[in-house]
Amino acid sequence: MLHQLEGSQAIARSVALCRPNVVSAYPISPQTHILEGLEGLVRSGKLESCEYMNVESEIGAISVALGAESAGARSYTATSSQGLLHMMEVVYNVSGLELPLVMTLGNRAVGAPINIWNDHSDAMAARDAGWLMFFAETNQEAVDLHILAFRIAEETQCPVIVNVDGFILTHAYEQVDLPSQDQVDEFLPPYKPNTSLTVDNPMAIGAMVPPEYFMEVKHLAHRKQEQALEAIENLGNDFYNKFGRNSGGLVHGYAIQEAETVVVTMGSVAGTIKDVVDELNREGMKFGELSICCYRPFPVSAIVSALKNARKVIVVEKSLAIGLGGILSREIELALNGLDVQMVSVVAGLGGRNITKAMLKECFLKKSSGEVTFLGLDEKLVNSNIGSGL
Amino acid sequence: MSNYTIGGGFSGENATVQSAHDRPNTITSGHKACQGCGEALGARCVLDAAYRLTGGKIVVVTATGCLEVFSSVYPENSWNVPWIHSLFGNAPAVASGVAAAFRRLGKEDVRVIAQGGDGAIADISMGCLSGMFERNDDVLCVCYDNQAYMNTGVQRSGVTPSFARTATTLPNGVYFGNEERTGKNVPKIAMAHGIPYVAMGSVGNIRDLEQKVVRAMGIRGARYIHVHVPCPLGWGYPTSETIRVARLAIRCGLFPLFEAENGKVVGSTPIEDQVPVEDYLRTQRRFAHLFGKNAPVNALESLQNMANENIDEYRLVGGLAHE
Repeated sequence: MLHQLEGSQAIARSVALCRPNVVSAYPISPQTHILEGLEGLVRSGKLESCEYMNVESEIGAISVALGAESAGARSYTATSSQGLLHMMEVVYNVSGLELPLVMTLGNRAVGAPINIWNDHSDAMAARDAGWLMFFAETNQEAVDLHILAFRIAEETQCPVIVNVDGFILTHAYEQVDLPSQDQVDEFLPPYKPNTSLTVDNPMAIGAMVPPEYFMEVKHLAHRKQEQALEAIENLGNDFYNKFGRNSGGLVHGYAIQEAETVVVTMGSVAGTIKDVVDELNREGMKFGELSICCYRPFPVSAIVSALKNARKVIVVEKSLAIGLGGILSREIELALNGLDVQMVSVVAGLGGRNITKAMLKECFLKKSSGEVTFLGLDEKLVNSNIGSGL
Repeated sequence: MSNYTIGGGFSGENATVQSAHDRPNTITSGHKACQGCGEALGARCVLDAAYRLTGGKIVVVTATGCLEVFSSVYPENSWNVPWIHSLFGNAPAVASGVAAAFRRLGKEDVRVIAQGGDGAIADISMGCLSGMFERNDDVLCVCYDNQAYMNTGVQRSGVTPSFARTATTLPNGVYFGNEERTGKNVPKIAMAHGIPYVAMGSVGNIRDLEQKVVRAMGIRGARYIHVHVPCPLGWGYPTSETIRVARLAIRCGLFPLFEAENGKVVGSTPIEDQVPVEDYLRTQRRFAHLFGKNAPVNALESLQNMANENIDEYRLVGGLAHE
């Protein structure tokens, strides 16, 4: 059914349709409206059999969710930015314990300087933490990805982070199609944990693992993520068949068949990029766009397959590895190793800096210097600081 | 282990769970704890009593530390109960999550116990612990207090007592151990949250400790038991002396055994045979610098004053009877 909803409310309603038993969250902008929405649904009785836990910190939020998941309850949490960093020790722990927790990350910059606006620095801090990571392009996809996330998490025994651009999606009112409870129930069966804390079959979870076994444990985690690629692709197809929407899966290509230049990105900025691609193609050029929906596991084959005919690949990313440059662009470059393709790395939108069509168009048409481009950088301000010895 | 050393020299209703031939053995033998480990003994007493009372319906959340390391190195495991270890700093929150799950899954008959050493519970989990108390989650949290970070090599913790030598408070003739610090009083912090039940127990009085566990398990909501567990390695005494050292701590008044309900002290375990603090301190190398040639002048007096204050506050001598 179609609703005009704020992104966060839509996500809250989507999570509620997945019937979590325990929701535990600590407020941080821009994630707050999601947890307010869920708390409201629990208090009003619309989300039954769910415990909403107001906790004292993000480490508490995810630890409560970890405990609940280990006791056999479908559990959920949400955070942003500093909150994710405050959780980080537990983030690694959840995946190490193979607990299929689902978390929404309302993507926001990481300080200092403190900044509440959108970029993907927080997500990138969790990229090696053993979670599956999806990026939503629209609020509709955010709704759909949460339903997929619970199914994929529980099927693969891997936790999932659903990345949703802070403010740009979380606070935007858009029309979304919320599936019915029956539809979701049919797609997402009740949670049957592989292992849980039960007196019928006492088990120790979280043993110390010495050097003789540790490498094997980590290798298996890696293999499991690689195998998850197939499950993610298949469940994306299942989702399309049941709900009629092409949400989820590994990558989404736009005008990619004939494209000589493909712009690769993640999250909501794909919409703006597609508009620019359309404009450029109307002007007779051959541009395409590729959105990485599944960022972890990194879908190398799907990316190579989508980009193998491109002569130039421009990666636009909202993150920066200080001291290295782009993060996604390096990963794409590695995936395309051996292909005759020119790579351009564009860092854009850090700390909520506007990304306009004009800026993107100019950038896409510019001859690349081989250096990382910082889109919309105030060169004068930067140079004046460099001049004064940084 | 004789009945006497585990405090079980009674029969019938007065017998301890530990003295029973069919004690539950929640943590079974073969683990890697040091000889004479007070924490291993404390954990087994607490969990066996809870297991007996609930008919085995307990789930145990253990923080990182000696207790976790000596009991659960893969592929071995000493726990005969459903058990989870997540991290050093989050056991109370993980336990809150387990309890929330059981509430929603209709398994409220299964009770949740969070446990860890003083480094875990009193220091690094303090935020999560306070949150669990404040929400009054149905969790019993047990802190096995050996008064330093033993697992990492005896560094000072927030509950290390005055003047104690640790690896990070070494006496050197100028400094005298953990000076001018009295140790964080976690039971009082717990009481300030107004939770239904708080107690201090000791492996020096197993029967008293077991009774406190039974009381705690008879109540729903957030409960806290702080258990004194001497550490032969960290404190510097022979491994055969754990119980004697624990008992001297009780008898001198430095470790008062009391119970509190809803933020108010409701009873204490009287000291039957009071001794000066010196009798307790002299048993341990961590206090040896208080007796040498260059001993600090006021240390003994200061520690005796602390014991006296406890004795007054909890009426440990000739005062409040155990309710």
